[in-house]
Amino acid sequence: MNFFAHFGRYILMLKGMFSKPENPKLYWKEFMHQCSEIGIGSLGIVCIISIFMGAVSAVQTAYQIVNPFISKSIISQIVRDTVILEFAPTLICIVLAGVIGSKIASELGNMRVSEQIDALEIMGINTKTYLVLPKIAAAITTIPMLVVIAMVLGIYGGRLTVSMSGILSSESYDSGLKESFVSYNVFFALIKAYTFAFIISSIPAYYGYNVKGGSLEIGRNSTTSVVVSCIVILLADYILAALLL
Amino acid sequence: MIEFKNITKRFGDKLVLDDVSHVLQTGKTNLIIGTSGSGKTVLQKCLVGLFEPDQGEIIYDGISFTNMNEDDRKMLRQQIGMLFQGSALFDSMTVEDNVKFPLDMFTKESLSSKLKRVNEVLERVNLIGSNKKFPSEISGGMKKRVGIARAIVLNPKFLFCDEPNSGLDPQTSMLIDKLIFDITHEYKMTTIINTHDMNSVMEIGDNILYLKDGKKEWTGNSEDIIFSDNKNLNNFIFASEFLQGAKQLRMMEDKSKSNKP
Repeated sequence: MNFFAHFGRYILMLKGMFSKPENPKLYWKEFMHQCSEIGIGSLGIVCIISIFMGAVSAVQTAYQIVNPFISKSIISQIVRDTVILEFAPTLICIVLAGVIGSKIASELGNMRVSEQIDALEIMGINTKTYLVLPKIAAAITTIPMLVVIAMVLGIYGGRLTVSMSGILSSESYDSGLKESFVSYNVFFALIKAYTFAFIISSIPAYYGYNVKGGSLEIGRNSTTSVVVSCIVILLADYILAALLL
Repeated sequence: MIEFKNITKRFGDKLVLDDVSHVLQTGKTNLIIGTSGSGKTVLQKCLVGLFEPDQGEIIYDGISFTNMNEDDRKMLRQQIGMLFQGSALFDSMTVEDNVKFPLDMFTKESLSSKLKRVNEVLERVNLIGSNKKFPSEISGGMKKRVGIARAIVLNPKFLFCDEPNSGLDPQTSMLIDKLIFDITHEYKMTTIINTHDMNSVMEIGDNILYLKDGKKEWTGNSEDIIFSDNKNLNNFIFASEFLQGAKQLRMMEDKSKSNKP
C-alpha cells in the first residue's frame, strides 16, 4: 500500500477516536491502566539510560577539552545543554518507540487477530475510542514526565562521573550548570517530548489496529511500526529544531 | 427476524457472496452451512456490520440495518450477542470479568446485581466455579461456554455463532449444540449459526441455508435434508459412506412407517 493510502487511513483512525464514550468510568480506568503500563512500565529503562547517557557525555566532553585556557566547568554546561536539548527528548523517545511502540502494536495486533476487537465492535463499542485513544492520551501524559526525569538523571549522571573520576569537583560542576542557562531550552525539549509521545503511540496503534493475517503479521507490523516511528521522530526533530531554535 | 436481500460482496476481483437472500426466523436456530470458503463467515460478518455488503439490504425486525446511521447501529448492536470461532475472550480478564464486561459498559446496575446476573448466566452454561480463572487456564469447550455466557448476558434478541464446534471433540460439540439450541428456545432469540458440523445440522437445524461458492443453493430444515435430491447438498452433507448408509437407513425407516396401515 502506498504512503498516501496509509496516511489517509491513519488520519481516519485518529478522526474515529473522538466519539462519546459509552461509560466514561471504564474509559478512565483504561486510561489509568495505560498510564501505569506506559509510564511506570518504562521508568526503569529510562533511569538506566539517562544516567549512562549523562555519564558518557561528560567523559567524552572532558576528553575533547584539551586547551588549558578553557575552564573545565564548561563540561557541565555542555552536558546540561546536550542532555536537555537532544539526549533526553530524542534519544529517550527513540528507545521508548521500541519499548512502548512494539508493545502497543503487538497488543492491538493480537486483539485484532484473535477477533477481540470484532467482539468489542459487535457489542457496540467504538474500539478506536476505547482501545487507541487511552493509549495515545496516556503516552502524551506520561512521556513528557519521563523526559523531565531523564533530563535530571542525565545531568546527575554527568556530575557523578566527573566527580568520581576526579575530572571536576561537584561544586565546580554545579556552578557550571548555573552559567548561561536558557530556560527556553527546557520549553523546547518539552514541545519535542509531547510531539514524540504522540508519534510513538499513534503510529504503532495504527499498525497494530490494522493487522491482517496471523502471528507473523503481528511481528512484521510491530517491527514496521517501530522503524516508521523512529524515522518520523528524527524528521520531526529536525523540523522542530529548524522552526523553533 | 432478520431478512437479507440480494447480498453481494467482493474482495478485489473475487466474488464471495453472489446475490444471497434469505429470512432468519425468530426463536429458531438458523444454520448457514457450506464448505470452507463458501462465504458463510463473510455473510455473518455482513449481517452484524463488520463488513459492508457491496449490494443488498439487511433488515432487523422490519428496520433496515443497511441504511442505519452509526448511532442507531450501536443501539441495535446491544441487542446482538456473538460467539466467535476462537471465542475472542479478553486475555487480560478473568472469566467473571469477561462476562461482566458488557454489563459494566452498558448498564448502571450495582456491582452485586451485576455479579448476580454473571453467576446466573455462568450457571446456565454449567460454568460455576470458574469465575476467577483466566482464559488461558480453561479448555476450548469452556472458552466457548464463556463466549456464550458473555453473548447472552445482556439478554440479546439475536445470537450469532461462528463455527461453535470448531476444534472441539464430538461429545463437547453436542453439549455446545444443545446449549445453544436450548438457550435459543428459552430466550426466544433469533440464533444464526455458521457450521460445517454435520451433527449440528441434523440435531439443531430448524432453518438451514446452504451456500455454495457464495450462492444460495438450498434452504430447508434438518428433516428436509434427508429427502433432498440436491446433488451438491447431498455430496456436502453425506460425504462419507457411513453417512450415506445412515441416510439410506433413515429413508427406509420412513418408507416402512408410511406403508404401515
